[in-house]
Amino acid sequence: MYILKRLLLFIPTLLGITVITFLLMRSMPGDPVTIMAGERATPETIARIRAVLGQDRPVALQYFNYLKDIATGELGRSIYTNRKVADDLLQKFPNTVKLAFAAMLFASVFGVSMGVFSAVRQGTWWDRAMTLLSVGGISIPVFWLGLALMLLFAFKLRWLPPSGMGNGDPVYLILPAVTLGTFSLSYIARITRSSMLESLAQPYIAAARAKGLTETRVVLKHGLKNSLIPIVTLIGLDLGSYLNGAVLTETIFGWDGLGRYALDGILKRDYPVIMGVVLFGAVVFVSMNLLVDISYRLLDPRIRIKEAG
Amino acid sequence: MLKELHWKDVTKNIPALVALCMIAMLVLTAAIGPLLVPYDPLSMDLDSLKQPPSRAHLLGTDGKGRDILSRIAAGSRISLAIGIIASVSSLAIGIVFGLISGYFSGKIDAVLSQVFDVFLAFPSLLLAIGISAVIPPGLFSAMLAITLVGWAGFARLVRGITLSLKEQTYVEASRALGAGPARILSRHILPNALPLLLVAGSLRIGGFILLEASLSFLGLGVQPPTPTWGSMISLNRAYINSAPWMVLFPGLAISVTVISFNILGDFLRDKLDPRLQV
Repeated sequence: MYILKRLLLFIPTLLGITVITFLLMRSMPGDPVTIMAGERATPETIARIRAVLGQDRPVALQYFNYLKDIATGELGRSIYTNRKVADDLLQKFPNTVKLAFAAMLFASVFGVSMGVFSAVRQGTWWDRAMTLLSVGGISIPVFWLGLALMLLFAFKLRWLPPSGMGNGDPVYLILPAVTLGTFSLSYIARITRSSMLESLAQPYIAAARAKGLTETRVVLKHGLKNSLIPIVTLIGLDLGSYLNGAVLTETIFGWDGLGRYALDGILKRDYPVIMGVVLFGAVVFVSMNLLVDISYRLLDPRIRIKEAG
Repeated sequence: MLKELHWKDVTKNIPALVALCMIAMLVLTAAIGPLLVPYDPLSMDLDSLKQPPSRAHLLGTDGKGRDILSRIAAGSRISLAIGIIASVSSLAIGIVFGLISGYFSGKIDAVLSQVFDVFLAFPSLLLAIGISAVIPPGLFSAMLAITLVGWAGFARLVRGITLSLKEQTYVEASRALGAGPARILSRHILPNALPLLLVAGSLRIGGFILLEASLSFLGLGVQPPTPTWGSMISLNRAYINSAPWMVLFPGLAISVTVISFNILGDFLRDKLDPRLQV
């Protein structure tokens, strides 16, 4: 039942997103028709182009046509390259996914470790240092972190390549993934710490210790395993931060994904490109959230039982 | 609903105290810093291009011979102004729609909640890019973009608070005495929600400053030659290896500022209302 309701609510959200991008498209500066027709076009030519584009029709009808275009995968063409925006998006998207996946892996592994470590040493200097580090991670601008890491690891130490994609060589993925993942890592560390503190205070932890289990086993098997739900939720729902961060990270490292594509669009004021990325990003974001949400209902029996009861 | 905050709480918590001092310094810098710095942030000095930090130029100069310290001081005004104004304006919009949505349940609430959800459905930076791309870039467009990104989160929070406050007996009593919705909302619900909302607002300032820096970095913020921290980094990023101070110091300014706001916000939240955890 819940899943059905969630799916039904997904439709107005998608429509709402298209209303906003449509309104943004309409408020674009400069008239695309005069750009297309050129300086010396006669008023008749301009009127003819407007009629072809449907710009002489009522706004509601224009919106309806916009929706129809989106539904058929037509997001317009770049003003500069005249390539289809939809084709470009699909071509760049896998690169962003690859980067985001690597970043997420980095963030999850180190974020969970940091959080567990902090929780086990609650109140010590270690714990305080980790807490400060995690505040730093959400406060430092992604683009600056990327440049600082590039300076240190690529130019000074010469351990890693400064930028580019290196034809898929994983070495090129390290700096961008660390840069992109740091923000999320900090949130994961925070939530892991508080979730661990909660479960380490439970009676079954005392029982496990009384049984004579080693501390590592108590912490990992009994503590961490029971703290995982909020952590995994956060990891799943945090995809938006990857799409945000990708714009900046890809710009710094010359990573040929959606983010850099967006920046090229911004620099050239290529509006169909900008709006294409905004629309695509939002749709990807809400769809992933929907998937995470639904898979929870399916995977965790406790949530299902609560729904039924 | 809010616990009390004593000055002693602040002085006992070292990170919060340090953060407060940093913010005080930042406000002072924004207020009078540009009068104290030795150089005009816009004047180019062709005799001292790309100078590393020295006694003449404490933080060095950029590729056009402009003093970086002076530019950072000038940029602090923009960061601080946008961070605070965007927080206040998005909070104000959020309060209006959140109160309406929470108080009048039914169709109005359903529609408004859907609108909040749509705004929250966009990754924040992408929405800000979309908005600031269609307006001529500058102070106004950056502020508008950040406000439109931020208001829905506040609206949802205000809606939740309103839903619980409107069941309170004093609201019921006021309604029984014949008070209309406008009076109940403005005299009873809003004053009781406000302290909590101010904490929520302060929690967001750091994030908004970061968003402004990102927009500036992408060329969608306040335009050159006016210096902003974000644009100082993007304009000089090609020099990251040969003249790293041009990029490192403005980034340090952003980082220290945002860290301070975030530490102080966390502190206020923990002390006053742990429920605000986001």
